[in-house]
Amino acid sequence: MPEIKVTPLGAGQDVGRSCILVSIAGKNVMLDCGMHMGYNDDRRFPDFSYITQNGRLTDFLDCVIISHFHLDHCGALPYFSEMVGYDGPIYMTHPTKAICPILLEDYRKITVDKKGETNFFTSQMIKDCMKKVVAVHLHQTVQVDEELEIKAYYAGHVLGAAMFQIKVGCESVVYTGDYNMTPDRHLGAAWIDKCRPDLLISESTYATTIRDSKRCRERDFLKKVHETVERGGKVLIPVFALGRAQELCILLETFWERMNLKAPIYFSTGLTEKANHYYKLFITWTNQKIRKTFVQRNMFEFKHIKAFDRAFADNPGPMVVFATPGMLHAGQSLQIFRKWAGNEKNMVIMPGYCVQGTVGHKILSGQRKLEMEGRQILEVKMQVEYMSFSAHADAKGIMQLIRQAEPRNVLLVHGEAKKMEFLKQKIEQEFHVNCYMPANGETTTIFTNPSIPVDISLGLLKRETAMGLLPDVKKPKLMHGTLIMKDNSFRLVSPEQALKELGLAEHQLRFTCRVHIQDPRKEHETVLRVYNHLKGVLKDYSVQHLPDGSITVESILIQATAHSEDQGTKVLLVSWTYQDEELGSYLTSLLKKGLPQSTT
Amino acid sequence: QQQHEDLSAKKLRLTKPSKSAALHVDLCKATSPADALQYLLQFARKPVEVESVEGVVRILLEHYYKENDASVRLKIASLLGLLSKTAGFSPDCIMDDAINTLQNEKSHQVLAQLLDTLLVIGTKLTENPSVRMRLVEVACKHLTDSSHGVRNKCLQLIGCLGPVEKGVAKEAESQAAKDVQKIIGDHFNDQDPRVRTAAIKAMLQLHERGLKLQQAIYSQACKLLADDYEQVRSAAVQLIWVLSQLYPESIVPIPSSNEEIRLVDDAFGKICHMVSDGSWVVRVQAAKLLLYGSMQQVSSHFLEQTLDKKLMSDLRRKRTAHERAKELYSSGEFSSGRKWGDDAPKEEIDTGAVNLIESGACGAFVHGLEDEMYEVRIAAVEALCMLAQSSPSFAEKCLDFLVDMFNDEIEEVRLQSIHTMRKISNNITLREDQLDTVLAVLEDSSRDIREALHELLCCTNVSTKEGIHLALVELLKNLTKYPTDRESIWKCLKFLGSRHPTLVLPLVPELLSTHPFFDTPEPDMDDPAYIAVLVLIFNAAKSCPTMPALFSDHTFRHYAYLRDSLSHLVPPLRLPGRKLVSSPVSPSIAPHEDPSQQFLHESLERVYNLQHLDPQGIQELLEFTIRDLQRLGELQSELAGMADFTATYLQCQLLLIKALQEKLWNVAAPLYLKQNALASAAAKQILEETYKMEFMYSGVESRQVVIIHHMRLQAKALQLIVTARTTRGVEPLFGMCEKFLQEVDSFQRCFISELPHMQGSFVDKLLDLMPRLVTSKPSEVVKILQTTLRQSTFLHLPLPEQLHRATANIIEPTGESDNPLRFTSGLVVALDVDATLEHVQDPQGTVKVQVLYPDGQAQLIHPKPADFRNPGPGRHRLITQVYLSHTAWTEPCQIEVRLLLAYNSNRSKASAKIPKSTWSESLEALPQSENGIEGTIPFSKPVKVYIMPKPARR
Repeated sequence: MPEIKVTPLGAGQDVGRSCILVSIAGKNVMLDCGMHMGYNDDRRFPDFSYITQNGRLTDFLDCVIISHFHLDHCGALPYFSEMVGYDGPIYMTHPTKAICPILLEDYRKITVDKKGETNFFTSQMIKDCMKKVVAVHLHQTVQVDEELEIKAYYAGHVLGAAMFQIKVGCESVVYTGDYNMTPDRHLGAAWIDKCRPDLLISESTYATTIRDSKRCRERDFLKKVHETVERGGKVLIPVFALGRAQELCILLETFWERMNLKAPIYFSTGLTEKANHYYKLFITWTNQKIRKTFVQRNMFEFKHIKAFDRAFADNPGPMVVFATPGMLHAGQSLQIFRKWAGNEKNMVIMPGYCVQGTVGHKILSGQRKLEMEGRQILEVKMQVEYMSFSAHADAKGIMQLIRQAEPRNVLLVHGEAKKMEFLKQKIEQEFHVNCYMPANGETTTIFTNPSIPVDISLGLLKRETAMGLLPDVKKPKLMHGTLIMKDNSFRLVSPEQALKELGLAEHQLRFTCRVHIQDPRKEHETVLRVYNHLKGVLKDYSVQHLPDGSITVESILIQATAHSEDQGTKVLLVSWTYQDEELGSYLTSLLKKGLPQSTT
Repeated sequence: QQQHEDLSAKKLRLTKPSKSAALHVDLCKATSPADALQYLLQFARKPVEVESVEGVVRILLEHYYKENDASVRLKIASLLGLLSKTAGFSPDCIMDDAINTLQNEKSHQVLAQLLDTLLVIGTKLTENPSVRMRLVEVACKHLTDSSHGVRNKCLQLIGCLGPVEKGVAKEAESQAAKDVQKIIGDHFNDQDPRVRTAAIKAMLQLHERGLKLQQAIYSQACKLLADDYEQVRSAAVQLIWVLSQLYPESIVPIPSSNEEIRLVDDAFGKICHMVSDGSWVVRVQAAKLLLYGSMQQVSSHFLEQTLDKKLMSDLRRKRTAHERAKELYSSGEFSSGRKWGDDAPKEEIDTGAVNLIESGACGAFVHGLEDEMYEVRIAAVEALCMLAQSSPSFAEKCLDFLVDMFNDEIEEVRLQSIHTMRKISNNITLREDQLDTVLAVLEDSSRDIREALHELLCCTNVSTKEGIHLALVELLKNLTKYPTDRESIWKCLKFLGSRHPTLVLPLVPELLSTHPFFDTPEPDMDDPAYIAVLVLIFNAAKSCPTMPALFSDHTFRHYAYLRDSLSHLVPPLRLPGRKLVSSPVSPSIAPHEDPSQQFLHESLERVYNLQHLDPQGIQELLEFTIRDLQRLGELQSELAGMADFTATYLQCQLLLIKALQEKLWNVAAPLYLKQNALASAAAKQILEETYKMEFMYSGVESRQVVIIHHMRLQAKALQLIVTARTTRGVEPLFGMCEKFLQEVDSFQRCFISELPHMQGSFVDKLLDLMPRLVTSKPSEVVKILQTTLRQSTFLHLPLPEQLHRATANIIEPTGESDNPLRFTSGLVVALDVDATLEHVQDPQGTVKVQVLYPDGQAQLIHPKPADFRNPGPGRHRLITQVYLSHTAWTEPCQIEVRLLLAYNSNRSKASAKIPKSTWSESLEALPQSENGIEGTIPFSKPVKVYIMPKPARR
């Protein structure tokens, strides 16, 4: 029985360090190669020694696929390819390929330059690694080798995020990466066709959540910003450089435009500016509105949003500032926060999750007095707001994707075990498919029942379809032909052709059967009676009486001779080829019943 | 020969044989299929006359049989279809041949094309049941073809021609056509998606043609909803919808349970389900079907499910933001902003009870409104509107979602949702938090959005006085930000005030900033914001008699001023102790329409009755009446159209009388050359006025049109007389007389039914004299005309129920700017023009913008149809850009911009009324000139714009 094996090296019942090994029909594919944010030791990268203890990984992996540029999906890539050693192809979409090295470089800087770690990958390694990357387009089928092909689908989530279909022969696996089923201000919703894969590997971050409409959250956000600005207050929005930052920018930009507001919006320079540049380039990856309007104006060329300078923070009057990093733990956002925290007119909006221990987490949990470095106490008078803008599919979205793709099996990764359990049960209940949720290092084996394609000669197909009634899709159809299995290929041809090709002579197989009939009359009279009887019964067949005293029904031959011992018994010899088996056996059973009493 | 060709009738006869013959020769000449194809392509470009169609078809068929190449046969087959479409040609003579060609055809493509041709033939011969029957039989025979194209066409043919009436089908029975529905239904399972789609479409076609589809199809159609192909699903959704309309009350079982459900509910659930389909084409289709509104029989609990989406977080039930907002509101605490973990879920939910994929309506709209494609969102909003209109409880529920849509990223969607809200606003009352969100949109920079919102606020119900206050504050904010919205905001406040008098009452002291003990400074009367406040208060005071007691002295003064200057916004009030101000015309509170209407009719009657007075008396009376009417029109806006219309008519009459009173008629011809100015000018003016009467008023009926045309005829007669008097020589008169008589003739044709009502009128007398006129000389004709003109009585102008004068008001440019618009000469500058039009029918076709340059050069601009918006019945809004350009000037100078109403006598209401056949006859008889008198009527005040084309820098 053919099987698909899936082993998560990371992200199995866990969030972070996505890395999943799939072996399908003899091909080994690695999906994503991420790092874990929670660890600073060896555990931050997947354990590649699982694949091979010693020796190049290239020999064991056919390809690596990266779904999007978030570090928990691509953070370990330079380590994996340069330090462990992998020379095979790495596939990712064009935007991912463009943005990924920026983030990797940033990551490297923070770990090496700030934390002072050694034995980490270098800038050169990132460059070398990116040279191995093959960029793919959406819906482009890429042949990795003769049998293995991959295809990318749009996944929303962040710019360039993709779901990948991996296909070998008739077996296929779809890996979703992270995806979002509801569109946001700059990206569309994930979409996949009814590809009916054998296995769907889906993320399940929000396995137990059904979310509220995005519009309410957006409205709240805008209203808060607007009110503060009208009051003359300053708004600080700590963000990470990529993803949500762009969405919020567009949201504010369009709002400013709509409402004709004049207060300045600033964006901290550096990484974000670079990233915006790429967003401008990859317009085709964004949502309908941006795609349609970019001819008049590229939405990412912000009119109201300007680059931030350190000095601006002390300017009087209202302003909105986006600053990195998102959790207020260091850097520019923290500096600005310290300046503004004392004024109750100001506001800080946290658009995402904050890790425990960071300033962001403290203020969100209601702390109003913060102890900063050097024992000084910072009193927080400014308003603190929390707005969640996350781009993962919720439980409904996951179910929707499963409904769209119609997989035969589902495997959940990238989520917490307890939540997965619930979703797993739901999936099994609603779709009646098997659902798996392996832990890291645990191998799941899925047996597939692939259909095997067979080439059929056109002549045979036409001949066979011409016989019988209109083909009915839903019912299997019986067909006569010869299956030739040769050189790893299957062909269905007509028997004549098969004989010719294989150089074999045709043998005929005939069945003969003797039927005894009590009939005292002469032989030819018996034959005549038999003939009349058959003619009467088999109206649809051509029954002939040949001059040599035998009868043919189609190709079946019937001869009558007198029994050597008993003249009253006539022996009917019935002979037919194996093709006519059905008719032949029917005929014998008919004859065995005897002839009807003649009226003459 | 060349002479002959000029006459089109002869040309036909000459070319008929040559056309088919030429084709024949060409086709015979063709050496290769490619050649033949070329000839055919060339041939197809030229039109073929009706008479020669059959001949051409025969030749084509002849070649068809000879031809071996499939592509040529295909082209011939398509040509056959084209030819049988020729108007006036009855294709039954070629049907047999066309059917015969099918028999031996091997190529599937050609076969499909031939069936297409048969379809064309069939649709031309729909009245003939036997032909249809035959074609359907042919189609059924080819249904087993292996090519999808052929099966497709067959199904199309059956759908278009299949028997619809049961009875007839049984009689003219043949096996094949017995049950078209079954035949088509069998193909719902075809292996090719295109054929499946065609089958569903054919079924829908049958439905459209009136066949009642069987209920059994429903289950089949439901299966098709899960098809792999979007076009099949899209068509299947339609079919489901059709069936749900046919059998709303039947009961269908719910699969995998023992329960049963009404079919319409089931179908509704299924269609809702498709709103979250993978393909956006299907999603739009599904949302649109919900829109058709005929889902009215759907049970209300099903309907409300469409807005239901249960939220949960970490397996615990979570309240939606909407629910939270509502709770916050009802607990009396106003939005305090959200805290971290504020939405933290509390109650645990039973994991078994959570249904992640609800089969059916659950949350369909929530999905539709959040869709990626704005087409889906718009369709969903529209559907929401339709459903909400029919169900008040649903309207109440969907409010939150509609309010959310006010923040959509696409303006079209925002606009649509505001309009939707307006339509359902009768059913709803806005909560304060909702009002807050609605009012936030007032700051939108798009004028359309703001104005739509003002319209919405006009008819919104607000529940609390805080709400009113909030609305006022936001509107005033809007006013300061966008001063151009002045009018619209005032109007909005007018309605807001008159709808909520009791809510405004407690606010009055605050709004007027009066103080019980101290006098407050008098506000500036010209401040638009203050006027806005007053408009709100005065309108509320109309139905709240206690309110004026709260006014301070200056408020009364301001009332008097506003009542006069902005009478359309400030209603008449009964103010205690202020009788002088409060009662402008009559002290009684009786409705004002009646006396003024009475006055109108009385004055008119006076005029009509006193026609036999001496001319001097008539003139005076007319002058007085005209003056009265004009004044009445100014005072009573409801009667303005009526009064203006009659005044114009009387004016015409007056002019006519004056012209006829001229002394010139008694003087010998050579002497009055100088004096005729008055008479001919009068004739000209009457003509102009009649065009205005005919085209500038909406609501003019044929009775009025006759009178108007009659007046025009008189003016033309006057013109003729004047010219006859002033010109020497007889030759030019011949033509004029003839033309005039033709006009009389066409008048008679057009208005034959109205003639009996015109006893003693000019035309009545003229028609009596017609035989004499036709034979007599021009000089005699003129004489007769002159006497008849003098003797004829003047006609009573009946008034229609409703009459409105088309008016236009240019809002922008305002014409007040002192800064010239500078641009480089030779280049263009765009001038934004914004105007409101009232009572203009078909503004897209008639309204033009005229630009007059100081050098007398005039430019006429046709605005694009898309530049016209239609904010309400009878009202239009023109927002367009006019491109100006001129050579360099030394000084800035003013140009004039105004709106014109273009008319064309062809489009005259009279000609539209008469039946087609007589029209076409009279059209032939009518001289060319009568057909197309085109002209323009200026109907707005000109606005001056200061511009300055600078010379280009070298």
